[in-house]
Amino acid sequence: MTKNLRVKSSKLVDETYRISFKFNGTTYYGFKGDTLASALLANNIHLVGRSFKYHRPRGIMTAGSEEPNAIVQLHNGTSRTEPNVRATEIEIYEGLVATSQNCWPSVKFDIGGINNFLSPLLPAGFYYKTFMWPASFWEKYEYFIRKSAGLGKSPDVPDPDIYEHKYIHCDVLVIGAGISGLIAAKTAAKSGFKTLLVEEKSYLGGSTIYQDSEFFKINNQNSASWLEKEINEVKKIENLEIKTRTSVAAFHGYNFLLARENLTDHLPLEQRENKTRQRLLKIRAKKVITATGSIERPLIFDNNDRPGILLSSAIKKYADLFGVACGEKNILFTNNDSVYETAISLIQKGIKVQAIIDNREEIDSKLIKETEKNNIKIYKGYSIVDTFGYKRINSVSIMKLSKDGQKVIGSKENISCDSLGISGGWTPAVHLFTQSGGKLKFRDDDQVFIPNTYPSNQISIGSCNGDFTLDEILINTPKLLKEFLNIKKTEYENIEIYSAFNKSKRNIWLLPSNKIVGKTKSFVDFQNDATAKDIKLALREGFRSIEHVKRYTTTGMGTDQGKLGNMHALGIISETASSKMGELGTTTFRPPYTPLTFGTIVGRNVGKYFDIIRKTPIHEWHIENKAEFENVGQWKRAWYYPQNGENMHEAVQRESKAARDSAGILDASTLGKIDIQGTDASEFLNRVYTNAWSKLEIGKCRYGLMLNEDGMVYDDGVTTRLDENHYIMTTTTGGAATVLGKLEDYLQTEWPELDVYLTSVTDHYATISVCGPNSKKIIQKVIPEIDLSDKDFPHMSFKNSKIGKVKCRVMRISFTGEQSYEINIQANYAKSVWENCIEAGKEFNITPYGTETMHLLRAEKGFIIAGQDTDATMTPIDLQMDWIVSKKKFDFIGKRSLYRSDTIREDRKQLVGLITDNPEEILEEGAQIVADMNKTPIEMLGHVTSSYFSPNLKKSIALGVVKGGKNMMGQKLIIPMEKKQINVTVTDPVFLDKENKRLNA
Amino acid sequence: MFLINCPFCGEREQSEFKAGGEAHIVRPKQPTELSDDQWAEYLFMRKNIKGIQFERWNHIHGCRKWFNMVRDTSNDEIKAVYKMGEKPPVK
Ligand SMILES: [Zn+2]
Repeated sequence: MTKNLRVKSSKLVDETYRISFKFNGTTYYGFKGDTLASALLANNIHLVGRSFKYHRPRGIMTAGSEEPNAIVQLHNGTSRTEPNVRATEIEIYEGLVATSQNCWPSVKFDIGGINNFLSPLLPAGFYYKTFMWPASFWEKYEYFIRKSAGLGKSPDVPDPDIYEHKYIHCDVLVIGAGISGLIAAKTAAKSGFKTLLVEEKSYLGGSTIYQDSEFFKINNQNSASWLEKEINEVKKIENLEIKTRTSVAAFHGYNFLLARENLTDHLPLEQRENKTRQRLLKIRAKKVITATGSIERPLIFDNNDRPGILLSSAIKKYADLFGVACGEKNILFTNNDSVYETAISLIQKGIKVQAIIDNREEIDSKLIKETEKNNIKIYKGYSIVDTFGYKRINSVSIMKLSKDGQKVIGSKENISCDSLGISGGWTPAVHLFTQSGGKLKFRDDDQVFIPNTYPSNQISIGSCNGDFTLDEILINTPKLLKEFLNIKKTEYENIEIYSAFNKSKRNIWLLPSNKIVGKTKSFVDFQNDATAKDIKLALREGFRSIEHVKRYTTTGMGTDQGKLGNMHALGIISETASSKMGELGTTTFRPPYTPLTFGTIVGRNVGKYFDIIRKTPIHEWHIENKAEFENVGQWKRAWYYPQNGENMHEAVQRESKAARDSAGILDASTLGKIDIQGTDASEFLNRVYTNAWSKLEIGKCRYGLMLNEDGMVYDDGVTTRLDENHYIMTTTTGGAATVLGKLEDYLQTEWPELDVYLTSVTDHYATISVCGPNSKKIIQKVIPEIDLSDKDFPHMSFKNSKIGKVKCRVMRISFTGEQSYEINIQANYAKSVWENCIEAGKEFNITPYGTETMHLLRAEKGFIIAGQDTDATMTPIDLQMDWIVSKKKFDFIGKRSLYRSDTIREDRKQLVGLITDNPEEILEEGAQIVADMNKTPIEMLGHVTSSYFSPNLKKSIALGVVKGGKNMMGQKLIIPMEKKQINVTVTDPVFLDKENKRLNA
Repeated sequence: MFLINCPFCGEREQSEFKAGGEAHIVRPKQPTELSDDQWAEYLFMRKNIKGIQFERWNHIHGCRKWFNMVRDTSNDEIKAVYKMGEKPPVK
């Protein structure tokens, strides 16, 4: 049944440029300038998809971004596939491949269509009601729901396209290039404002650009011709930038807007290589002018969703702009004058209008007279009560409306057709305005919500502000612009306007039927299959808030956010509940206005650019020596160094043994380092650490714990006194930024009187840690001039020294329990010093070790790792670290919280050691700890925080937190696992060298 | 996204800043003398106002200075910004 429904030359398509494309496997032809929708309609294809719930056949309904039905999958099965593309927006190109969504096995024969006949069983809230019970059946329900529903398929291979982000700053942003937007952009730019005009379509001029009849005139020219001249002028203005195919997705506070600029989606695939596909524009505008137009309302009657039923304005647009007839026997159905504009356009192009059904009884306007002159039958005071035709509409039933519009009367009459255009009036597109925080008011005259109060420096103009007719727009827009831009004059003051449009309207939200509501399918939300019946049911079941009704019936929850039917939903609720429209409020419109691709959202931040990667200056050596790496925050840290095919366990056992038996070397450069100077530095440390600092001698190091004000440990590290008023603090790798931030906070806000200066020097110094019984010998070889004798350089002390000519700091501190030295040196010398250490350590089998071995060695000593053995609920007392909490100090951060009623409880979770009965059994970190398996419910006492096999102790060791653990030494506990129970004994957390003999070995 | 007028740097994007909770909560000078309830009042109790709220902000990706802000939480309007230690310029 292929017909050619092209009528005659049109505004937008180039009939000399033929394009082939595929839809559901068949090749079709269209012209350059066509959208997929206009090209399909030209091939007489209306049926493009199935509805979400009932799987009813659905056709193209609109000609814009408000489309609920015609959503397709592009290039299915390829890397460029994209679901949920509106056929009304995508421009065709050679090689385009589109398929219908939401139907299986095919759009013409769809298994889910059976839901349509089961629909009495699928009322509002059906999913909530039915699939709730029994809970164990949920998995089965989900399988079927997912298989038969779902909107499109996401790609399963990486996106080959390039996306980017761009910041734009302008004086005035104009959204929408219809007649109002163009007037605004021209006026603003010519008044000296740096102006940006964005338009979601590929062309400028909105609907006026094809308003080409003697019934709409500006200065004695057809409005379309007048506007074309304006556009030519606008394009020449220097400080005006115009971006087409650019859709504003979000309008945030303070005039910050996000827009998607489409750069290649209209090009054949082979022309897209190496080009940016889409750009996310981050626009900060001093002033915003919203001119987003309006969306035609459908009418709500029984079976108003059949393929072939379109908005009347869409039929006009397809004819005027694309030269496509939506049918050969058109019926138009309306409650206002708009369809007569459509009728005149169709007549001009030789497309047959079968009849017009108008809700209004008494009507009279020049448009109507002209229509009648062409012998088109107008049924005044009539309404459609039903439609027929499964995959395409073939006729309608009409009946007379009663005077009050509450019911239909008289006898039914059938009229055949192949296309039905409907118009329920217009709804201002206030979505962006409300996103920005704008508040609406309800205008009773024509039942529309229009902008009322603006939250930022912005205005709405044109039909999105409720000015629907040409004369209203041309009179009100210049007035609004003068005030908003603070200018004296516009070019549009003495303009002659002629508009034949009569504003009379007979608004009936839900048209009456000869059937009871329960027997009708009058669709309000076409994409989500919500009907008037569903909304009424929700009200009967007690829902009153519009937000609740929305969720219960899923009205407005599709990818189109209910752009067509939300107003009717509100109208039906207010009529049924006898509340006033203006008092009911509206649902919230959320960004994005139209869906965004993930590519646009992430821009260039993909792959290796996803996040910052921080590398130590010794990183290259670790790579050359085959290290495996671990991510610690943004840092890449050497994790372990496998040799000869070792797995991680084998490598870590070897490294750990070597570090205790002879010598190990660790790159500790990632530890946070904060340089602290000032006459109050000691006092400052007293206040931020739990222990005392005033008496620390110059040249000595001390370990400290930091608490939050609530008494919980959040970081730890060693701080060294370099001079009277100079310290260097180390923090954990992950905590560095937080610690600096907190210290700055207290200094600036609580203790501004303290003379203290903080500087982050983490990246400036590298830290090389050499540990083990032979560490002293190795350091001596690397730094011959330094005196390393225990007397002159004991544990927890520091010396300035030099390696060659390069200054360095050497600390004798230990995180492993072994004798250990740390060399801190300017970062760019670090790799060569590291290599010196390796060379000097060769005779002692110096072994590089990574973070895993470091963790194992410190666990043997029972040293905590803040963030692994602690979370935000552990006090120093819970950690059995009472020794580090000063009793003498007057105050420090967190002190008062250590004796709150909650923190002094005996049964808090406390850090303990755990030894497995079977020394070979290694516990899982995170595993739960219980005492009594027979209690119901089983009481969880705590969990395992660190667990390793210790090669030095030749047994499994673990740390864990256990309720009341301090008083459970020697007690047996159970670690229940999926398939077994592991028996453990509670011990002291220090497993090795309790006497600290090894530090001076 | 707000435009915030840092008292030290001038107008910058919100993404350069970090919010730091309610302003003008002074750390007690002698915490040890407070009862549990008094300490809890300082430690945990925060207002959550619809309307004019006093807040701490930090220009964390800029000058790193802390400052105060008066903001109407009902419409996100920033009424004033002022330095630490200064009295709020509006009520
Ligand atoms: Zn600043």
